Amino acid sequence: MAEVLVVVEGSVKKVTLELLTIARTLGSPSAVVFGDVDQAKLAEYGAEKIYVAEASDYLVAPKATVVASLVRQKQPAAVLLGSTQEGKEIAGRLAVKLDNGLLTDAVEVAADGTATQVAFAGSTIVKSKVTKGLPIVTIRPNSVTPEPSAATPAVEQVTAELSEADKLTKVVERVTETKGSRPELTEAGVVVSGGRGVGNADNFKLVEELADLLGGAVGASRAAVDSGFYPHQFQVGQTGKTVSPQLYVALGISGAIQHRAGMQTSKTIVAVNKDPEAPIFELADYGVVGDLFKVVPQAADEIRKRK
Amino acid sequence: MNIVVLVKQVPDSGAERTLSSQDFTVERASASNVINEMDEYAIEEALKIKEAHGGEVTVLTMGPGGATESIRKALSMGPDKAVHISDDALHGSCAVATSKVLATALGQLGADLILCGAESTDGRVQVLPHMIAERLGIAALTGARKLTVDGSQLTAERQTDEGYEVVTAATPAVVSVWDTINEPRYPSFKGIMAAKKKPVQALALSDLGVDAGEVGFAGATSQVLEFAKRPPRSAGTKITDEGDGGTQLVSYLATEKFV
Repeated sequence: MAEVLVVVEGSVKKVTLELLTIARTLGSPSAVVFGDVDQAKLAEYGAEKIYVAEASDYLVAPKATVVASLVRQKQPAAVLLGSTQEGKEIAGRLAVKLDNGLLTDAVEVAADGTATQVAFAGSTIVKSKVTKGLPIVTIRPNSVTPEPSAATPAVEQVTAELSEADKLTKVVERVTETKGSRPELTEAGVVVSGGRGVGNADNFKLVEELADLLGGAVGASRAAVDSGFYPHQFQVGQTGKTVSPQLYVALGISGAIQHRAGMQTSKTIVAVNKDPEAPIFELADYGVVGDLFKVVPQAADEIRKRK
Repeated sequence: MNIVVLVKQVPDSGAERTLSSQDFTVERASASNVINEMDEYAIEEALKIKEAHGGEVTVLTMGPGGATESIRKALSMGPDKAVHISDDALHGSCAVATSKVLATALGQLGADLILCGAESTDGRVQVLPHMIAERLGIAALTGARKLTVDGSQLTAERQTDEGYEVVTAATPAVVSVWDTINEPRYPSFKGIMAAKKKPVQALALSDLGVDAGEVGFAGATSQVLEFAKRPPRSAGTKITDEGDGGTQLVSYLATEKFV
C-alpha cells in the first residue's frame, strides 16, 4: 500500500490524530515530525512509519523543503496537513516546489483523492480534486473523530539540505500566552464564546467559568476582541478562527454574519442574549432570551450540582 | 523603500455569495464586490512605513476589469500608484498559478517590501504569501500583528494558536498582516479626488511573459467537481428567562449529553 504523508508541523495535536485516521483510508500513514514529539501517540493512531527531521529556528520554509524531499523519495499517494496557519503555509510552499495542486479546508477526503471543502462561511459544500500531481490536502480540525489503531512504526531519521532561501526568516522568540489548561480553540469539542454583551474584560471570567465546567475552550466575537475584552487569538469569525465543535455556546453575541462565518457548522448551538430579535437565535438549537449575568451563573451552579 | 501592497477584490462577505453554476468560479458579476477587508490593514501599514521611512507605495491587483473600482478605493487611502493585472486567460486560475503571475509582476516591480492581508474573505486559503516568497526566494513573515522596520531589518510578531512568535528577516520580504496590526484610515475627500488622477498601469499576461497555458483553467492544478448550498440552519427552541433560564439551559444540555 502506498504511503500517505501526514505532516506534524509542531506537537502532536488532536488534528494530527484526525489526519492519521483519514490517512489510513487512503494508504499506509507515515508521519513526518520535526524534533521531539510524542511518537507513542502517533503509533497509537496507526502511524506505520515516522520520519524524524530536525526542528529548526527558521519559519516554515525548512519544513516544506523536508516534506518536498520526502515526496520525491517516497512517492506517496497523498500528503495531508492540518488546516492551521502553518499547515497551510507548508502546503503552499510544497505545491510551488512540486508544481502541484493543493486543496485547503477539507473536511473529508475520498479514496480517489476527491476532497470535500466547506466554503463561504460554511454556506457551501464543494467537491474538488487535485488535477496536477498528488493530492496535497489540508484538513480542518474537528472534521473526523480520531480512531486509535495501534501500529509499530519504523522510525527513520531524515535530513534535507536547506537552501539559503530556507533560512531567511528566523524565529527569535516563542511566547505562550496563557489559555490555562483549556483545549485548543479550533480543536475543542465545546466552545463557549462571549460577545459585546459580556460588557468588559473582567466579566469574561463568567465565560471562562462555564467553559471550564463544560471542558471547553473560550472564544470571543470580534466586537468583544475589538473592545479589548479578550485576546485576538480567541476570536471566532470571518476574520478569526473557524470552529466546528459538538457544542457552541454564544453568550451576549448578536450573531452578525462576521461571527456566524466562524461557527455555523457547529453541531449544536446554544445562545443566551437579552435581545429576542438577535440573529444568533435564527441558528440556535436552544436559545435563552435573558440577562446572561443571571442565566450563566445559574447554569454554572446547576452543572456543579449535577456533577 | 519600494513597498507593494497586494489588494484583492472579493465579493462582500456580508452578502450572499456563491459559485458560478457555469464554471464553478467565484460569482463576481452579480455580487457586491469590495476590497478584501484584511488588505486595508496592509495598505495602512504600508502608508505608516512610508510616512516614517519614506519611499513609494504601489497597489498590485490581479483581477477582472471590474476590480478597477477597488483599486481606486485603495488609492484613495493614500498609495502613490497601482498596477492592475487583467487578462481573460486568467479566469479560473488556481492559487499556484496566481502566485506565479503575482511573483512575476513583483519581480518586475522590484519591491523591497510586499505587504498583504493574511487571508482573503472569499477563499481563506492563506497560502499566497509563502508561495510568492518561495518563488522569489525572499523572506516571508506571515500572520503579523505587529511590524517594526529598522533600515532593511524587519521584526514581526506572528500570531500563533499558543500566543505569538517574534520573527525577523531582512528585506526584500513578504509580510502578511492580521486585522490586529493597526486601524485603517478612512479615505479623505481630498484622497478620493486625488485617487482619480493617480496612475494605474494595466498589465496583460504578455507584458509579464507568462504563457496563457500556465494560468486560468488551462493551467489549473485543481478542479472543482461540484458544489451545493448547505441547507440553512433552522431555529430550535427559544425560551424567555423567567428566573429559571439557567436551569432550563442545563436541562437541555443534559438531554443532549453535554452535561
